[in-house]
Formats: sequence, C-alpha cells, structure tokens
Amino acid sequence: MEDKLVIKGIEFKSRLWIGTGKYKDFEETASVVEASGADVVTVAVRRVNIVDRKSENLLDYIDPKKYKILPNTAGCYTVEDALRYSRLAREAGVSDMIKLEVIGDEKTLFPDVIGLLKATEILAKEGFIVFPYTNDDPIMAKRLEDAGAAAVMPLGAPIGSGLGIRNPYNIKIILEAAKVPVIVDAGVGTASDAAIAMELGCDAVLINTAVAGAKDPITMAEAMKHAVIAGRLAHKAGRIPKKLYATASSPIEGML
Amino acid sequence: MKIKVNGEDKETQSENVLQLLKELDIVPERVAVEVNLGIIKRADFENCKLHDGDTVEIVYFVGGGIYGGQISN
Repeated sequence: MEDKLVIKGIEFKSRLWIGTGKYKDFEETASVVEASGADVVTVAVRRVNIVDRKSENLLDYIDPKKYKILPNTAGCYTVEDALRYSRLAREAGVSDMIKLEVIGDEKTLFPDVIGLLKATEILAKEGFIVFPYTNDDPIMAKRLEDAGAAAVMPLGAPIGSGLGIRNPYNIKIILEAAKVPVIVDAGVGTASDAAIAMELGCDAVLINTAVAGAKDPITMAEAMKHAVIAGRLAHKAGRIPKKLYATASSPIEGML
Repeated sequence: MKIKVNGEDKETQSENVLQLLKELDIVPERVAVEVNLGIIKRADFENCKLHDGDTVEIVYFVGGGIYGGQISN
C-alpha cells in the first residue's frame, strides 16, 4: 500500500525529518540520520571559518545524493536576513527547498508570523519551495498557504523544549483546513509525542533536539522512526471513540 | 589589495572569486558567495573581479535543525 508524502512533485521516503544540530561530531550525525530512516535532513547556513580551516564538511558525511538537504534560515530575526540566507542557501545547495524561520523573540524562539508571511510570499514568488516554521495558529497556517507555502510547519511546543504537542486541538483545526501538507516542527520530546503528531493526521514531523539531546541519540532516532510509522498507521486505521465506561471484548454467550 | 572576508581583514593577490576560494583552500562546489551583498552565481566565480575594499561572504552548510546552528559563534 503506497503512502508516500509528495510535496510539489518531490517524493519523500520517510515522514520523519531530522535536524543535524547539536551532535558531538559528524560521525554521530551520520549514524543518527541513518538510524532514523529520514531522507530529509535540515542544515543551517553559516560562514566558512577562514582563519581555522577544517577540511571536514557536513556534506562529506550526509551525502546530498542520498538525502534531501533542507537548509534553514535559523537565527534570522528579520525578513531581510531570512531572504538573504534563503538565497545563499539556494546557491550553496542543490534545490529550491527552504525551511523558513523568522524568529520573533530570543527567549521563546516563537516565530514572528508577520515577517514570516512577508518572507514566504516573496520567496514563493522567486520559485522557492517554502516550508515556514509557524505557530499552532490555524488562521496563520491558512495565510501562509495562501502566500504560497509548500507546506506549513506549526510548532508543537517551543523549539528545544521537549514539551510535546501542547495544543493538539489547534493542530487538528490546522489539518482540517489545510490544502498543503502539515509538518510538526519543534516541541517533540520523546517518541510518544511524535506518534501523537502523526495520529492527529500530520504529514510528517521534524525532530532535532529530542534526538540530539537524548542520552543515546542513535537509539532515540530509531525510536522516532518507529513512532512516526506507528502514528501514521494508527491515523490511517482510525482510532476507536473514547468512552467513559467499559465495553466487554469477550462474548457473554457460552459462559458457565 | 585589502578586502574583508567573512568579517576578517585580508590582504590578497587573488583577482577574482574563484582565485580567492583556491587561495583559502575552499571547494567552490560546496559554498555560496556574496560580494558587497550581491550573490555571485557559481558559474560567475571566475568572472567576478575583486576590488580593493570589497566585502566578501563565503557560507556553507553546517549542522542545524530548528535553530540548530549557533548564530553567536
């Protein structure tokens, strides 16, 4: 049974997307990506250190032919910066995909949705495949979709917080209205959070800190892989309604 | 001539972007380059002449997820 995620004609093999920040070295990053089964790997765009040049490059470990490299605009607080990083990322990379972040506040890392909307509109017109990191706000999700976003990426909880899906009802409303895929970005703390996102009907989940910060990141990557698959299958299977009282599973007939 | 590369002052003999990348031992296929805030396409690295006082930015991909790259470093 085919259940592939397709966005703007691009086929995605896995519904788990993995961030590559915060690992101890490139070997660990590569092992985690492998264990997660992800084919989307997010990266940041930064200055090459020209004073202390290390010959090693992330892309020596994460083969762009094997994985879809999704650059982000992490750390950008203005529309101008987000546009600049997006355009540089397109030149440095191999695709038009950009995970767009316009951060509004250092403490919460919540998105500046007004800036995000402006940047989405401009980049979509420039031919980018825009994945905006947004709030769990159904109205904003719709606005981003109208502005040309290829998918919307609502947060489950603040970045790196591990608080899980704090407002599943909003995510549900976003899902009901969205005509583009919905990918939960940020907030996942452990495997059950990823499963919940998928059970709600999300198309994919992006995880970084929950894996990178786990005591054993490689095992957690594997756990996330299974959680995303399980959550997706449960969503497709359709859960039973919740009831207050018991319903017996075994027949009454034939009892002594 | 004197130029600024990634925030650092640099004395260079390189006449164009491609030469500068070679001088810095940087593989051109892995980076994006901006000169005075304008993006230079990879195919134009050799044609893009450098001038005294130019500001050059050379970026590449590093580990990062959701705000993963440390902007302060």
